[in-house]
Amino acid sequence: MTGGKNLLDKVWDLHKVGVLPSGQDQLFIGLHLVHEVTSPQAFQALKDRGLKVLFPGRTFATVDHIVPTEDQSRPFADELAEAMMQAIESNTREHGIQFFGLQTDFQGIVHIIGPELGLTQPGMTIACGDSHTSTHGALGSLAFGVGTSQIRDILATQTLSLMRPKVRRIEVSGKLASGVYSKDLIIRIIADLGVNGGIGFAYEYGGPAIEALPMEARLTLCNMSIEAGARVGYVNPDATTFQYIRGRTFAPQGAEFDKAVLFWKSIASEPHAKFDDVFKLDGAAIEPMVSWGINPGQAVGVTQRLPRVADAPAEEQEVLKKAYAHTGFEENRPLKGLPVDVAFIGSCTNGRISDLREASRVLEGKKVSSRVKALAVPGSRSVARQAEAEGIAEIFRAAGFEWRGAGCSMCLAMNPDKLTERQVCASSSNRNFIGRQGSPRGRTLLMSPAMVAAAAIAGEIVDARDLESAHARRNS
Amino acid sequence: MASADSARGRVQGRAIPLPGDEIDTDRIIPARYLREIRFETLGKYAFIDERFDERGNPRQHPLNDPRFKGGTILLVNRNFGCGSSREHAPQSLMRMGIQAFVGESFAEIFSGNCTALGLPAVRVSHQDALALMARVEADPTLDLVIDLEGSVLTAGPERFSFTMPESDRRSLVTGEWDTTSVLLANEAGIRAAAARIPYVNGFRG
Repeated sequence: MTGGKNLLDKVWDLHKVGVLPSGQDQLFIGLHLVHEVTSPQAFQALKDRGLKVLFPGRTFATVDHIVPTEDQSRPFADELAEAMMQAIESNTREHGIQFFGLQTDFQGIVHIIGPELGLTQPGMTIACGDSHTSTHGALGSLAFGVGTSQIRDILATQTLSLMRPKVRRIEVSGKLASGVYSKDLIIRIIADLGVNGGIGFAYEYGGPAIEALPMEARLTLCNMSIEAGARVGYVNPDATTFQYIRGRTFAPQGAEFDKAVLFWKSIASEPHAKFDDVFKLDGAAIEPMVSWGINPGQAVGVTQRLPRVADAPAEEQEVLKKAYAHTGFEENRPLKGLPVDVAFIGSCTNGRISDLREASRVLEGKKVSSRVKALAVPGSRSVARQAEAEGIAEIFRAAGFEWRGAGCSMCLAMNPDKLTERQVCASSSNRNFIGRQGSPRGRTLLMSPAMVAAAAIAGEIVDARDLESAHARRNS
Repeated sequence: MASADSARGRVQGRAIPLPGDEIDTDRIIPARYLREIRFETLGKYAFIDERFDERGNPRQHPLNDPRFKGGTILLVNRNFGCGSSREHAPQSLMRMGIQAFVGESFAEIFSGNCTALGLPAVRVSHQDALALMARVEADPTLDLVIDLEGSVLTAGPERFSFTMPESDRRSLVTGEWDTTSVLLANEAGIRAAAARIPYVNGFRG
């Protein structure tokens, strides 16, 4: 059977410089994004070898991981964080790299600001020293999370040594139900295909349920591809994509924009494109999802019970047992009613304006439970400004949320925002790994921003759709 | 760059069994220990939350076990190194003395990071992973040899087959795993690619 080319093949071929002696391809990287944690060692390596940055105009930097969200004045209280901050300031200055630091209006989480500024565009190859770089695939780019040695390679050569991945089409039919988000969809996909199911694959998300998603929902979807083991995830660019990009700071303008759209359309997968594998699911059958364990695949629908170890396939039982040993939750208990101590809304997964809007709809006119510490952390300064302008920030504050400055915050505990002891956190972030949120004994439940908001109010896991429908009834 | 010094065609040493599926890079090195701008000091942080309790007292852990002291080959199970792309994870293990990994499977970014550091990460079957762990548990002084040229792993008298991406194997055998100079050798090709990619030229072409 002869199929047409898919997006990955087209974009890969366009950027392929040649074949290296190892057999890997040398791939030109069109956009390189840098943050403070994984780059200083790469800049040092350049210095040690007497190398310069080959295309300084194709790298952009910001700060997100170590940035405090409460008091962002300098010097930071944490000396290590301050040293890291100074390193990225001097490295970007020395090499002529544009830096969206704390003194600018555009600082934010690297995977929020790329699309927001129009830097991320269809048909690009993108790399960043962060596994959630897969986010940028939402606009139809190939975006790779890389290690620090590869950051060194990109800085010095604007290329990477890579193997072309296989492509699995994730075909989602139907339409997501009201109160079900792309966060629920991606957690469902990870639970179905496994956290290692995507190793060696790029995931192409398509089908009616995907095409209907607005751009920010697509960003959430692609963001968590890596949690499925897929380094790259993407959605083919379409009218939604072009409309999103139009007018953004770094987007092509005027006649160039029209030329760009022609190029962007040309790199989409052809109607009968060939894939190495296809996985189909029904979008309408998905309910709000919550992870209860120690990896994002250990998740169930909000109306379900936690799994029994004995019912699981033999090869999954070891990790399930470890998850129960860590969480202390009971097997087979209903998910609903799990008590929550902390609520966190933010991160590169769900720190965008649409996420804050959805959560604020749940929070409006309600109060956070007295047993819950609740944090709302906009993904960027632009998001924060817009939330203020729309009155959303005020809804969060009135409900009892702490409204913070932009950064990665409690997603990964490289800054002062951390869980303590055995706290359970309802979190809109992407990883529930042991220790991820800063306490080796803490527990993370991943879910959509609306579900976090509902848990914050109730003090336990509830179905956000119940709160919303009660709200709608009152207002009707 | 390639030289006899950088070639990693053979790793020999004692092993440390570290059982468990889906061991993510947050467990290998928690994010709060990434706040250092150099890699050199990271060795002490590998698996720190699992090796020590909150007061700093050592727990029972293979990396604390005196029987495995001096081991240079880490035996692991499925999807080792999943999660964050942090190169700090293989860096911390390398700097505590690990020179190679033998496991059922590795996360893609982790595996690439290992090759970039000259650390072979080779795949064996589930049964062989369990067998190797059992052999080393029974005799921690057992000598392992990972021969990348012959694609065979020997543990004492026994031989095991393994797989790894051919490009990684070749890079490690030839010593060209540090890719910067290999990539930069083709600067003309890089500039030619930049010249033909529409967005690099602002769609003005």
